[in-house]
Amino acid sequence: MKFVDLDRVSLRYGEDADGTLALHGATLRVATGEFVAVVGPSGCGKSTLMKVVTGLWPPTAGAVVVSGREVTGPLSIAGMAFQNPTLLPWRTTLANVMLPLEIVQPHCSRLRREWAAYLAKARDLLALVGLKGFEDHFPWQLSGGMQQRASLCRALIHDPSLLMLDEPFASLDMFTREELWLALQDLWLARKPTVILVTHDLREAVFLADRVLVMSARPGRIIAEREVTLPRPRNLDGTYEPYSVALVHELREHISAARSTAA
Amino acid sequence: MLDDTPPVRPRKPYLLRRKALRHILPWMVIIGIFVIWEIVVRAFEIEQFVLPAPSAIFASGWEWREPILVNAWQTFMTTVIGFLLAVLVGLLAGIAVGSSSLMYDSLYPALIGFNSIPKVAVVPILVIWFGVGTIPAIITAFLIAFFPILVNVAVGIATVEPELQDVLRALGASRWQVIRKVGLPRSMPYFFASLKVAITFAFVGTIVAETVAANKGIGNLMLVASSRFEVPLAFAGLLVTSVMGIAMYLVCAAAERRMTGWAMRGADAPQAAQG
Repeated sequence: MKFVDLDRVSLRYGEDADGTLALHGATLRVATGEFVAVVGPSGCGKSTLMKVVTGLWPPTAGAVVVSGREVTGPLSIAGMAFQNPTLLPWRTTLANVMLPLEIVQPHCSRLRREWAAYLAKARDLLALVGLKGFEDHFPWQLSGGMQQRASLCRALIHDPSLLMLDEPFASLDMFTREELWLALQDLWLARKPTVILVTHDLREAVFLADRVLVMSARPGRIIAEREVTLPRPRNLDGTYEPYSVALVHELREHISAARSTAA
Repeated sequence: MLDDTPPVRPRKPYLLRRKALRHILPWMVIIGIFVIWEIVVRAFEIEQFVLPAPSAIFASGWEWREPILVNAWQTFMTTVIGFLLAVLVGLLAGIAVGSSSLMYDSLYPALIGFNSIPKVAVVPILVIWFGVGTIPAIITAFLIAFFPILVNVAVGIATVEPELQDVLRALGASRWQVIRKVGLPRSMPYFFASLKVAITFAFVGTIVAETVAANKGIGNLMLVASSRFEVPLAFAGLLVTSVMGIAMYLVCAAAERRMTGWAMRGADAPQAAQG
């Protein structure tokens, strides 16, 4: 079943013809509960793709359908996490994670009555990503990796059916990043939301995704896709096995081809 | 071999510690100013009606303590009422201006123009409308004080990180929810910083209005004193005003520390823009 369906979507920033054309004829289908990674050369419109899917920017041409409905405004069901954790500095980790519950229905109206249950849920989620004991810390008391874990929890607390991740691990060091891959895999296996992950780390894409899509240089569209058939749960050693290495190589060639045609 | 006990700096006696120094220094500066002032006045034998010595000012202040207290109370109440009005209007208008770029672009030039008008020039007009008395002074204090509050709240709300807005909007948050959950808390450090500026401005507004058009208040007292060549009394009025200013500033600063401690970890606390 298709959950996200982009049909020949174009997006031009600005109102006249000399605005930047960020996407041109991008077609993309993601099944319910599927984990898709989007890779591409830098500046290819990956982040724009996220904004179009979540309805934050209306496309200039083409149709965006999510969950069987045409997207005309912000989705209100999506969880998002970015490269920058964007936690609120005046809230504790726990309060930050619970922020979406104060906005999204039906949680918003139940929050006060079922406070204890929601609190327990937030604590469980934090424990799952290894932040047990840091619930009452403020963001500035956490390391970058811990902030990013909290940001992931915030994106997931309201059980979104769609999770949009825009290079969430890009600013972290290698070891922290790999730890978070495992954490994200666990979260995904436990809840099975539909995930679109934008990344420029090909190992990350191959490790996490069911399917990897390659975008062309700007104006972006999907030029190649590869299934990743590795069994779940995957482990980090697997990323160095021939199957993964070959896949990373192949994706790499697609991207360098995309870059050279752009130049 | 490395010693296992963590190293500890030996404790200095209280008066030499940095923290103690920080508490004492402001007082030393104030006392120092008075001492130098006194010395200069005596050394150059400056006439009392030109520049009275601090000793003469304090003596005069003690002599006239009753009228000073009555008028100081008048000035204080006028300022506080004007200031509270400014907080209310500045906060609401700041939210309105900061939350929409259309409002921001359309209202800002008019606000700048309005703020450029010297408020002294407005007082006679206020007198025509409301007569001589407390109301023109309250309005003048309000007019001077509300602008820095408005600007700071508006800036705090208008500069919410776009990614954070995306996170909330993708959850279906309304514009008002984004303001309430993120914009307002985020602008609180700016708001409280602006209060410290606004309260001193409010005192200026009150005194100016009282000098031009009132029969009560410290401004009026100073006017009467200088017309009678009671220059030490006029200076005593100034001194009382600055004491009230410092006191209210400290109240605002304490409120700031209580409410926005999260923003005060180091040097990165926002500074108030001067209105």
